[in-house]
Amino acid sequence: MKVKMLSRNPDDYVRETKLDLQRVPRNYDPALHPFEVPREYVRALNATKLERVFAKPFLASLDGHRDGVNCLAKHPKSLSTVLSGACDGEVKIWNLTTRKCTRTIQAHEGFVRGICTRFCGTSFFTVGDDKTVKQWKMDGPGYGEEEEPLHTILGKTVYTGIDHHWKDAAFATCGQQVDIWDEQRTSPVCSMTWGFDSISSVKFNPIETFLLGSCASDRNIVLYDMRQATPLKKVILDMRTNTICWNPMEAFIFTAANEDYNLYTFDMRALDTPVMVHLDHVSAVLDVDYSPTGKEFVSASFDKSVRIFPVDKSQSREVYHTKRMQHVICVKWTSDSKYIMCGSDEMNIRLWKANASEKLVAEPSPGPYREHLHHKTLERV
Amino acid sequence: MEMVPKPRSHAPAKKDRLRAKRKKPRRYWEQESGASPGPPPKKRSSRPARPRSSQVLRRSRISRKAQVPKPERRKPEQTLSGAQDPFPGPAPAPLEVSRKFRRIDKSKPLPSPKSKTRSRLEAAEAEEEEASVRAARSELLLAEQPGFLEGEDGEDTAKILQADIVEAVDIASAAKHFDLNLRQFGPYRLNYSRTGRHLALGGRRGHVAALDWVTKQLMCEINVMEAVRDIQFLHSEALLAVAQNRWLYIYDNQGIELHCVRRCDRVTRLEFLPFHFLLATASETGFLTYLDVSVGKIVAALNARAGRLSVMAQNPYNAVIHLGHSNGTVSLWSPAVKEPLAKILCHRGGIRAVAVDSTGTYMATSGLDHQLKIFDLRGTYQPLSARTLPQGAGHLAFSQRGLLVAGMGDVVSIWKGPGKASPPSLEQPYLTHRLSGHVHGLQFCPFEDVLGVGHSGGITSMLVPGAAEPNFDGLENNPYRSRKQRQEWEVKALLEKVPAELICLDPRALAEVDVISLEQRKKERIERLGYDPDAKATFQPKLKQKGRSSTASLVKRRRKVLDKEHRDKVRQSLEEQEQQQQQQQQQEKTKPPGTRPSALDRFVPQGDPWGINWCLCLLS
Repeated sequence: MKVKMLSRNPDDYVRETKLDLQRVPRNYDPALHPFEVPREYVRALNATKLERVFAKPFLASLDGHRDGVNCLAKHPKSLSTVLSGACDGEVKIWNLTTRKCTRTIQAHEGFVRGICTRFCGTSFFTVGDDKTVKQWKMDGPGYGEEEEPLHTILGKTVYTGIDHHWKDAAFATCGQQVDIWDEQRTSPVCSMTWGFDSISSVKFNPIETFLLGSCASDRNIVLYDMRQATPLKKVILDMRTNTICWNPMEAFIFTAANEDYNLYTFDMRALDTPVMVHLDHVSAVLDVDYSPTGKEFVSASFDKSVRIFPVDKSQSREVYHTKRMQHVICVKWTSDSKYIMCGSDEMNIRLWKANASEKLVAEPSPGPYREHLHHKTLERV
Repeated sequence: MEMVPKPRSHAPAKKDRLRAKRKKPRRYWEQESGASPGPPPKKRSSRPARPRSSQVLRRSRISRKAQVPKPERRKPEQTLSGAQDPFPGPAPAPLEVSRKFRRIDKSKPLPSPKSKTRSRLEAAEAEEEEASVRAARSELLLAEQPGFLEGEDGEDTAKILQADIVEAVDIASAAKHFDLNLRQFGPYRLNYSRTGRHLALGGRRGHVAALDWVTKQLMCEINVMEAVRDIQFLHSEALLAVAQNRWLYIYDNQGIELHCVRRCDRVTRLEFLPFHFLLATASETGFLTYLDVSVGKIVAALNARAGRLSVMAQNPYNAVIHLGHSNGTVSLWSPAVKEPLAKILCHRGGIRAVAVDSTGTYMATSGLDHQLKIFDLRGTYQPLSARTLPQGAGHLAFSQRGLLVAGMGDVVSIWKGPGKASPPSLEQPYLTHRLSGHVHGLQFCPFEDVLGVGHSGGITSMLVPGAAEPNFDGLENNPYRSRKQRQEWEVKALLEKVPAELICLDPRALAEVDVISLEQRKKERIERLGYDPDAKATFQPKLKQKGRSSTASLVKRRRKVLDKEHRDKVRQSLEEQEQQQQQQQQQEKTKPPGTRPSALDRFVPQGDPWGINWCLCLLS
């Protein structure tokens, strides 16, 4: 007879010394792993519950403005700098790591309607209710110098928004019509309009940099081509759009924040139906900004909340709200895709985590010197 | 740098044909005759042939599409040392093995072509195919081979004695065969722990012991001073459940009594559901009780309504408990449902033993009618094969690789199937053994080729080559785990504990696409909002001036509207009833399908489309 018994050599299964890793042989046969679906269900349920347990998204509140915050702008080269414009004409530059205001400028008389930074990060532009466009230096004034704009442009009508080109020395303002300006000139290079109503915001496309989109009071969104100096396409919605934001990863996708409590994601090539309708807000959506990954965006609404939506879903994955935060006017997602800043009309800018349960600061492991400093008061040494 | 021409296994491109004219320099590892290691150049491997680069170029010219220049990938044969891969291409993946890893049931139809779900399901199916091929390829890494026993020249393996096997086998395996002669404390029942390292034995007269049978180290040995009817390890070797004469007791593996569960009285059989942490007990009072050992609560106490329960088996695939009854039926129970999930009529007399194999495909039952039958559990519940035994089998058990053992009196017979996935063929037994007492308990040891038999003379550990799964998964049950690994595994198992409500006949039921009905959606909406937004608000009469809003007139107005609504409702329901009646009449009047059309059909009365009958009545 031929016989062989299953006999395992323990040397192949047990580690030799305590310093070795344990050996874990694997066999992926489904017969050895029964109840895959219910176990995975239980794991997913527990993971979701724990994610909610560890969700502590609020980081800081930047205090200092004396009127509601109207607009925010990110510094293109520095992750810790943010600029904000308030309803009393003040522009403040904040340092997010120290959470303090580094510079205050009385930029306009009346609202600061729009603020945008130049792509190189050396200067920024503001527009206000006093019909001016001002360009300021990003570094503060030197010793003995006064706070003066680099350049002031006086216009005939109130400008309601401004956005800078992502690569060239050009910027666009909107008010009665969309004007494209060259930085060296005091009159617009070209003016484009389609319709007879005022335009509330304008945004350049970060990838196809000659494209702009604007939102007007007669409920339309118009796309312009800067090279031909003409409007390209128009889509009319049921209610007015407050702002649009272009997807930084997909050149033809933009999301519009609408007054009918929804956000609409459009594909520029086919504007007749939106790609997705995002539904969760309960009051007008005032601002929208994309994450640098292009997979999610954040929206600020009149209903005192900030919601984060995935691009392909119609429901939000997260909502941030506080008793202290009133109507949220503007929101930005930082360029490292980790933080969200929102400015509300109770004069505060709040800093939140984009992923509420994410651990952002690694626990410092005590090095050889600090090991004996167990006492809490000594840790500050 | 001079490039050395290599013999290629696929059709050479034009560039290589030029290069092949140069002679290859001989390397030191090649023999004097000049034979090089590796396959001869013309041999075609089993993998799909790579497209020739020249062919690709020609195609692109015809189609005139803009070709995105692909990055030049370094060909695997061009290594700096000049060594060749003797087995080029990916490892072979046998098709039958990859079928084992497929989980999606392709017989279910996909939803409508336009829905997003369909595209997602199709993508999931394609991914699963690829993953199953890769998993099949990874089977090459499994280290152990299963055991086997083959007779030479038509020798009947059933006649081979255990002593012969012990002589023929290596020392370590020979040590796995032992007999414990324990005649003093009555017939023994035994249970192996989930990893197969530890053995618990319980004698009828109160002897309870737990030991590591591989190293023969005794963990504890006590006498509980009461009759012991069944014994079972809980999730690990740390805890034992003993069904004593009156109640259920839980002991530590050091023999310390931890719990006395008085709600489970006169228990005859115990089964532990490892992934749900449930201990199922069948009692003489006819109750099947589920005890959650992680929280210590009785999850369900089901009245089986069939008298004394003494035959119980667990289906390891879906955690359903099979109970055998004296009227020849086997009923299937889940703690979530008060009634049995299914009842199968198996035998003419009472059921004596039930066993289910580890994949949940086959159920073996034996009855008082001396029959041993194997049923198909996935699908038809029909008997696949049957065999008459000279003496009825009182105990049955399946091994991990599908071997079936039956204990008939003091003889134990083992049947084997042709492969791992097919049922055991009951024609000829694979092995038999005679014991020194009548069999009272049978279990195959999980990852060893060993069968443990508890009988009236003690415990015997038999060698059964080919019974066990040779390659275990270290993260599920690892017989060589250390204390730290056991602790980690226990915590993870508790975190993944499946709730008892999810036990049903198909464990993959949660993975189905949830098609929620409209009524269910409405109900959920009402629950969420607190009221029904679609319900019509009750009529509130408008308050009028000049005395028209007195109580009496308000009541009158309200009554008027309610009466009108009631009349409308009644009229609608009457109309619906009439329509239903008409439909029924029409259905009755349609001809039966077998009849052929004939010329006289026009005279068959089919209702009254023109009122002809009425006209005839008028005329007459």
